[in-house]
Order: sequence, then structure tokens, then C-alpha cells
Amino acid sequence: MKPWQKNVLYIVVIYFILLLGPIAGLDIPRIIQDIVQSPSLLFTQILVGLINGAIIAIIALGYTLVYGIIELINFAHGDLYMLGGFAALTVMGMFGMEDGAPLGTAILPMLVALLVSAGMCAGLNVVTERYAYRPLRNAPRLAPLISAIGVSFIFQNLGLFWGGLRSFIPIMGNTAAAPKSFPDLLPRTDIFQALGIETKIDFTVKDLTVLVVAVGLMVGLNLFVQRTPAGKAMRAVAQNREAAKIVGINVDQIIVLTFLIGGALAGAAGLLVGLYNNTIVFTMGFTAGLRAFTAAVLGGIGNITGAMLGGVLIGLLSALSDQYLSSRWTDAWVFGVLVLILVFRPSGLLGENLQEKV
Amino acid sequence: MNAAFKRSILLLGLLTLGAGCAPTTTSTTTESPAATEASPAASPAASAPGISTDGDVIIASSLPMTGSSLGQTQTIVNGIQLALDEVNSTVCDGKLKVGFQTYDDATAAAGKWDPAQVTSNSNKIVADPKIVAVVGTFNSGAAKLAIPIFNQGDLVMVSPANTYPGLTKPGTGEANEPDTYYPNNKRNYARVVPADDLQGVMAANWTKSLGAQKVYILDDQELYGKGIATVYEETAKEIGLEVLGREGINAKAPDYRALMNKIKDLEPDLIYFGGITQNNAGQLIKDMRNVGMTDVKFMGPDGIFEQALVDAAGKDAEGVYATFGGVPPKELTGRGKEWYDAYKAKFNSEPEAYAAYGFEAAQVVLKAIGEVCEPDRDAIREAVLATKDFPGLLGTWSFDENGDTTSTTMSGNVVKDGKWAFAETLEAK
Repeated sequence: MKPWQKNVLYIVVIYFILLLGPIAGLDIPRIIQDIVQSPSLLFTQILVGLINGAIIAIIALGYTLVYGIIELINFAHGDLYMLGGFAALTVMGMFGMEDGAPLGTAILPMLVALLVSAGMCAGLNVVTERYAYRPLRNAPRLAPLISAIGVSFIFQNLGLFWGGLRSFIPIMGNTAAAPKSFPDLLPRTDIFQALGIETKIDFTVKDLTVLVVAVGLMVGLNLFVQRTPAGKAMRAVAQNREAAKIVGINVDQIIVLTFLIGGALAGAAGLLVGLYNNTIVFTMGFTAGLRAFTAAVLGGIGNITGAMLGGVLIGLLSALSDQYLSSRWTDAWVFGVLVLILVFRPSGLLGENLQEKV
Repeated sequence: MNAAFKRSILLLGLLTLGAGCAPTTTSTTTESPAATEASPAASPAASAPGISTDGDVIIASSLPMTGSSLGQTQTIVNGIQLALDEVNSTVCDGKLKVGFQTYDDATAAAGKWDPAQVTSNSNKIVADPKIVAVVGTFNSGAAKLAIPIFNQGDLVMVSPANTYPGLTKPGTGEANEPDTYYPNNKRNYARVVPADDLQGVMAANWTKSLGAQKVYILDDQELYGKGIATVYEETAKEIGLEVLGREGINAKAPDYRALMNKIKDLEPDLIYFGGITQNNAGQLIKDMRNVGMTDVKFMGPDGIFEQALVDAAGKDAEGVYATFGGVPPKELTGRGKEWYDAYKAKFNSEPEAYAAYGFEAAQVVLKAIGEVCEPDRDAIREAVLATKDFPGLLGTWSFDENGDTTSTTMSGNVVKDGKWAFAETLEAK
């Protein structure tokens, strides 16, 4: 981009913000006044943003891993995560969990739900890869993309069907398409209050648990990709598939491994969202997928750290927009920022090096 | 592969995902996924024994039979069937046989009513010369689309559930309402439930009598929810409640924690939500409790007055209030009580809130057909709108010049032990 073009771009962007910003709640003096008046609220909202962002990041990792390896945008990923939520709810129903069950009895079902939903989603993702994507690996790039959209529809209808199985799974409630209540198992005890610190910041055991699990998953994934032989092989395939083959890496196996990990993360995210938001519905994969995909693009698709960064950014942005701008315009702000960043950095925040995709 | 190509693929992907929003809600037809719903929706035109889908004249219903509204709409259909049973599906001393067809205006992909579906159904209905009257719609937004189409064919529609005032009453909605819905300058729409301008007023009055002083108002940005929230806001200010703020929510957001934290900071006594269950009311309630607003009250209009809300919000739904533009079937007395018993005996289930209005709407239509005794749409339209001193389940009422019922009895309800329970009768002042 030539310097003068860049300047024109800056002017256009500033013009739009000045013009449209106030309509969408951008009133800087009021925002500053709000922050000064109750700084603790800002911290609370940042925490909310961080946790939501961490969940988005886990889903975004699924997009970015797959894109890094086979340059496919796996549109079915958001719906896979939704199915993870349904699997977790089914396990909860089998254990007879209800709202506010004591933590002692809830730990086992939660662990089983984590295993079942992560396992199921990983398996489903591998099967999808085998039958929907692998046959199209050498086809034009639009073909697997459309195949992925098809799989997304299949998953959504699977979720709708699953939600209607109330005769087998009573916890699914009366109507298939209705949102399902997910048992509220993590205590809403305020940590600061329990420690005897008087603050206005809300930080509950539930928040902490979700945050710790989410961050743990991301750190684990990073270690896996950076430190293990399999992770090294993944990076190699991402860099150059042919060369990886030459040095004796089983490319098909690595791709299966990638889908396995991405699927397991989606399943874990499904459980986490169930425990955190306490409602799941068969359409939730679409919105979540959209946000996660945006996060992946924002951070630079194909880049693992980028996906995490993008997820946290989107989480923070929507929480702060809900507080200080206007919840009516939150999506507009989130996607506005995405457009802005892509205008100035077309390959995302951390996506500069297009050769090294993982 | 060069970088520019990769970028264009990415952009294409983004576009597809963005545009994907529209096809999901419009292109999926009801047939296939509906099969996974509870059985009644799977066979749209099937009715109880004794009711035929064909006849000399046909009454059609246009209701969302897919998605979580089904709990409500199925009992409306049952109500209509009861009305047909009472007259043995014939009018004019057996001269005319009346058939009944149900149309589903929802799609599985949307999970609620779908504009494209409403339009295509309405065109089908108006093109069938045997159909002389419609009972519907359930959602006010759907009525907005359906009324003008029926208007062109002089086809009358009686709604058991639409409560948006602008559909009938001049000066309550947009400037061009309601005339914009009646292009041929003849009214062809009436409703047997009181409209939101009454419901919003009563909700505000009830808020005050519950002891709440400071309220925060939310709406789901749809015709119905926004309208009722606006009436509520105006009344609340008039009667001296403190309105802390008003905000529209994004019905597709995964959670509302940040919004609820913001509201919590303002320390309201009550949060009023103008909207429907299908626009994430359950998540709103959960997040309100999640951020620690345990003793703040939550009130909504009849759009959340259904079991689906309790299913979605679980334990957190306890103590949620809802106004309803009528009286729940169980609380009916006299003729209403007889009807309630008959319903339970026939369908072996509890009628939901609007079942009685489905029955009432069907009765009004049958009476009008009985007066005309001919498959003449325009005459039936006039006969329906001229209904006076009708002996209904809620007492005797008439249609006024706008096609609104003169009945003003409403009820306040509250969730108790996982079920909606009647709290008190609210009378218009």
C-alpha cells in the first residue's frame, strides 16, 4: 500500500468512527466518567471478557489448527462444539445431576462429561475428516469448503434430533428446539469475599474453574505442538506437506491427529460453556463458530497464539462494549474492529509469516 | 500458492459465513427437521378424529408449529378443534361442512416463526378459494406480513395471540400504522386478546404494587418486544417508578453476563424484559442470577409465559413474573371452567395459556360463517368484524371499530416450583 493510500484510509476510518460512533454508544466523556466512578466494574467486566474470550479461544484453536494443516476453513467446527454441549448434558442427566448439587458429588460427573464430550467430538471430527474432507483433498479448494458447510447442517439437525429425545434423556426438556437448562454445578461463591477481602469485584469459584481449565487446555496444546515429536511433525506438515512426506512423516496420520485434537477441544469447550452459561441450544454453534472464526482470523489464521489472542480480544471487546457502548451494537463493534484490523494487517495480528502457519 | 489468493479465499470464507446467516433461516423447509419434533408437528394437516381437512368451507390456522412455541400453538390447535367438535364440524343446520387445515409458519432452522415461511403460507392460503377464514397468527411480526396478503383477497383473520397494538389501533405504533396493513381500505383483522398497550400499562402498575421502585428495561428488538417495553417505560415514568435505563439485547448472543454486571451496578429492584422466550429470555435470567442479582425481580410479558421458559432457565426461573392478556385456563370460571374440563377430558393434558383464545377465535369465525351460510369471504369478513356481545369464555365482549376485543381482564403470573402459577387478576384502570 502506498503511503498516500494509507492516509486516505485513516481519514475514511476516522470519519466513520466520528459519524457512526455516537449512534452506537461511543460517548467518550461519559465512558471516562463511568470508569472513574466505579473502576471495580471495569475489572469485573474485564474478567467476564477474559473468561468468555478464553472459551472463544478454545473453539478458535480448532479452526486455526485445521487451517494451518490443510488450509480448510472447517465450518462444521462451531456445530461440533454444540454437540459437545449436548453430550455433556446427556452425561449430567445420566448421573441425575440437578441445579446446585453439592460439589463433592458433581466432580465425578463433570470429569466423565469432559471425557465423553471431548472423546465424542474428537471421534466425530476424525470421521468427518475421513469421509467428508479426505476424498476432496486434491479437489479445488471450494469443494471441501462447501462440504464443510454441509457437515455443519448435518450437525445442527443432529443437535435438534438429540434435543428431542426426551423419552430417553429426560433432562432435554419438553421441546426439541428449545434452549436446555444445563445443571448449575460450580458454586457461585465469591472468592474475594470468602478470603475476607472487601471488593466490589465479582470473581466466583465458577469463573475461576472455567478460566483455569481453559487456560490449562491452551497451555497444554502449546506445549504439545512445541515440545513433542508429534507436534513437531504437525508443524512440519503445515510448513510443507511434500517435504514432510520426504522425511518420512505420515501426513495422513498427522492430519487425523490434528482433527482429533481440534475435536477434543471443541468438546471440552461445549462442556465449559454448559457449566458457565448454564443453557445450551442447538443453534448456539453458529454464533459461537462465527465469533471463534473471527478470533482465528483476527489473530492470524493458522497461528495458535494468534487464535488465543484473537479470542481474548473478542471476549474483552464484547464485554466492554456491553458495558460502555451499547449491547445493541456489540456485534457491530466486534466485527467493525475485525474489518479495521484486516484493513491494516490483512493477515491478522500475528499472521505475518505466511510460510509458518502453525 | 500466492498470498493474494490465500487472502481472497479467506475473504470468501468470511463472506460465506456472514451470508450463511440468511440461508439458515430461509432455505430450510419445515418438512424434514419437523419430523424430529414432537409428533403433532410431524403431520401438519392431521387433526383429531372427526375433523376433516376438507369441507365446503375451510378454516386455516397459521401458527409456528416447529420450535419451542409448539407447546403453546399445539394447544391453540386443540382449542380450535374443540370449537369444531361442539358444532360437529357443520354450520347452517348441516348445510355447510367445515374443514380445518393447519399451516406451520416456523422453520426448524429459525426455531421460531420465519418471515419467508409466513409469506409463502399466506399466499397459499389466499389462493385456496375454499378457505374463508384464518385463525392466526401467533406472533405479531408474522401478522404484519400476513394481514396485507389476506387483505387483497378479502380474507378475514382472527388472532388468538397477537398483542402488538399498531396492528389495529391508530396512533399507537408507527405513523403509517395500522393503515399500511390494509391496502384495499377494508379491515380484515380482529383479535380476541387485549393488546400490549394494555398489557404494558398493567405490567408497570403491577411492578409498583409488588413494591419495586427502580426498574431497568430490556427488549429483544422485535416488533412485539420493543412495543411492549416502550409502553411499559412510558407508564413506569408516569406512575413514578425510576427507570434506570433501557437497552436492546442481541438475541443471538451466547451470554449476557457483561450486560447484567452493568445493570447490577445500578441496583435495580426489577428488570423488565419485553420479548419472547425464543429470543434468549432463559439465558438472560440465568446470567442475571449468575452475576449475583439473586433478589432482583424479573418480569416479562406473555411472550415468556410458557413452560419453555422454565425449561430453559431451570431453577433460576423461580419467582419470575409474567403478565398475560387474559386469564390462564385453569383460573377460568363458569363457562370457562366447563371448557377447561372438556379440554382436559379430550386431550388428557393441561391447556397452555392461549388455548382458550384459540377456541374463542374459532367460535367467532364459526358463528360468522353460520350467519352467512355461503363460502363468501367478504360477507364472512364483515360478519366477523361485526361481532357484538359475544358470550365468550371470559365473559361477554364485542369487537370495537378497530377489531379489538373489549375484554380487559388480565392476569399476573409467577413461576413456582418449576411451573407457572396464577398470582392475581389485573384489571385495566
